[in-house]
Amino acid sequence: MLRFTIRRLLQVIPTIIAVVLLIFVIFSVVPGSFASSLMSDGRGGADADMVARINEQFGLDDPVHVRFFDYVTGLLQFDMGESFRFRQPVTEVIGDRIWASLKLSIAAMVFAIVVGVPLGFIAALKPGSILDSITMIGAVSGLSMPQFWLGLLLMYFFALILGWLPSFGYGGGDFKYLILPAITLGVTPLALLARTTRAGVLEITNEDFIRTAHSKGMSNSRVIRWHLTRNVMVLVVTTIGLQFGSMMGQAVVIEKLFSWPGIGTLLVDSVAIRDIPVVQGTILVIVLWFLFINTFVDIIYAAIDPRIKQT
Amino acid sequence: MRRFNLNLWLGGVLTLIVIVGAVFAPWLTSLDPVFDANLMYAEEPPSGQFWFGTDEQGRDVYTRVLYGARISLTVGIVSQIINSVIGLSLGISAAYWGGWWDDLVNGLTNVMLAIPSLIFALAIMAILGPGLPSLLIALGLTNWSWTCRIARSSTLSLKGQGYVQAASTLGYSDIRIMWTQLLPNMVGPILVISTLGIGAAVLAEAALSFLGLGIRPPFPSWGAMLTGARELIVIAPWAAVFPGLAIFVTVLGFNLLGDGLRDYLDPHMRTRQQ
Repeated sequence: MLRFTIRRLLQVIPTIIAVVLLIFVIFSVVPGSFASSLMSDGRGGADADMVARINEQFGLDDPVHVRFFDYVTGLLQFDMGESFRFRQPVTEVIGDRIWASLKLSIAAMVFAIVVGVPLGFIAALKPGSILDSITMIGAVSGLSMPQFWLGLLLMYFFALILGWLPSFGYGGGDFKYLILPAITLGVTPLALLARTTRAGVLEITNEDFIRTAHSKGMSNSRVIRWHLTRNVMVLVVTTIGLQFGSMMGQAVVIEKLFSWPGIGTLLVDSVAIRDIPVVQGTILVIVLWFLFINTFVDIIYAAIDPRIKQT
Repeated sequence: MRRFNLNLWLGGVLTLIVIVGAVFAPWLTSLDPVFDANLMYAEEPPSGQFWFGTDEQGRDVYTRVLYGARISLTVGIVSQIINSVIGLSLGISAAYWGGWWDDLVNGLTNVMLAIPSLIFALAIMAILGPGLPSLLIALGLTNWSWTCRIARSSTLSLKGQGYVQAASTLGYSDIRIMWTQLLPNMVGPILVISTLGIGAAVLAEAALSFLGLGIRPPFPSWGAMLTGARELIVIAPWAAVFPGLAIFVTVLGFNLLGDGLRDYLDPHMRTRQQ
């Protein structure tokens, strides 16, 4: 198990290096420097002195390979450069907002699990029933619906018409402010979880060991508790992990819709004003989070599923 | 006997409705989506004259939704074609030639899978700036990894087949073998993943335009229409309901069509999505 863990951790390193390189390359091939685009933003033409000063200050005149080397050495020391907008280290800017994003992801995931898994389970126990059909239609709708539209409708209905919940903002961490964004963000994983759980239960009900358990006189509830749950859990945990990993990426639009002060809103705002160091930094954090969770899920998966050979 | 494939039919009908709306937009409405603004009629609720109501500038929401279908479908289909071409060329050639090329393609695919495609597209839009061409590039370059994986694994299993070896013995060039022997034999799964990909691209376009990074106003993109509608949702909720419903119907259509095609082509095949 330890060897598997170490090997899996080592495997992810080349991917991380490639991602860093890719992100760096994308933002280095930008035609026209940041300084000239800043100057020509309708606030008068580019002042040559000013451009030179900004280029100098941010080291934008250096050759590409020097900048890449600087960037990587910086990253290794948790230095992602300085934000053009905030005049603050990018790590600090992101650090101030990451908790809000994490909180939203966790809340959305909890909502998705608590509703999605039981729903898929119940649907699978009576395939073809009305409840099953409704669940599956709901799931495919949930996967096809633009989340931000659903969020907009929820905001309209629960905040503006009924007045039960605040429509947007963070409210200094008040739980009430978390409900609508979390439900909105949780709909896609909810739909996926319901689908996966149902498919997993259906598949496993037909397996030999379930039939054996039944035929040797095990009670129905015991079969469900003992065999079914344990085997379906493997599938469900994987889905949860993958969804949780990609959630920060999906949250970008939802955060912006609800003016949630997380890194998603930060990313969109920084793109709009071309605050490139922050854009690079947030994207890197989102991707690293995704990779970290994926690797973690793989390791957990190997630990709980006896069918996987741990070589 | 084959069971009635509800997904395929429902998906097909929904998709067809959207395509008809997009193609025949000028015949289905007499107004212009951009220029027929009239503040006299601003924020009118749905009525016989304005089926879906009007927006803050008095433009007909029905007309804008119809023309919006053109943008969504163009972005969805063109970007998916780019993705398919990239994914197929890389996937087939990697598996066929093997060696360092295969390793490189595999590595690249893994990196692409590690970056959420919406985030990747957002990064590209950040550099290229808003607009239709940027959108086609951003969405066309970021969602080919699944196509590539399927093309690669299909090629690996087809490579050993007698007819492929025969073609090789006959002196067919590698490119000709890929084009005439390998490609036609993976059309099914590629069609399924492409159909689902169009739905995903439509959703991504809507999200990017909603954030102000995709299609910019006044052009009638469904996502951009929702940005405007957000500000006046209390006064004119219809301006938010209908464009979103259009996105929903379109994406649902393509998703059902994809699921239906998968069941139709191979009832046993159950590839896991996402």
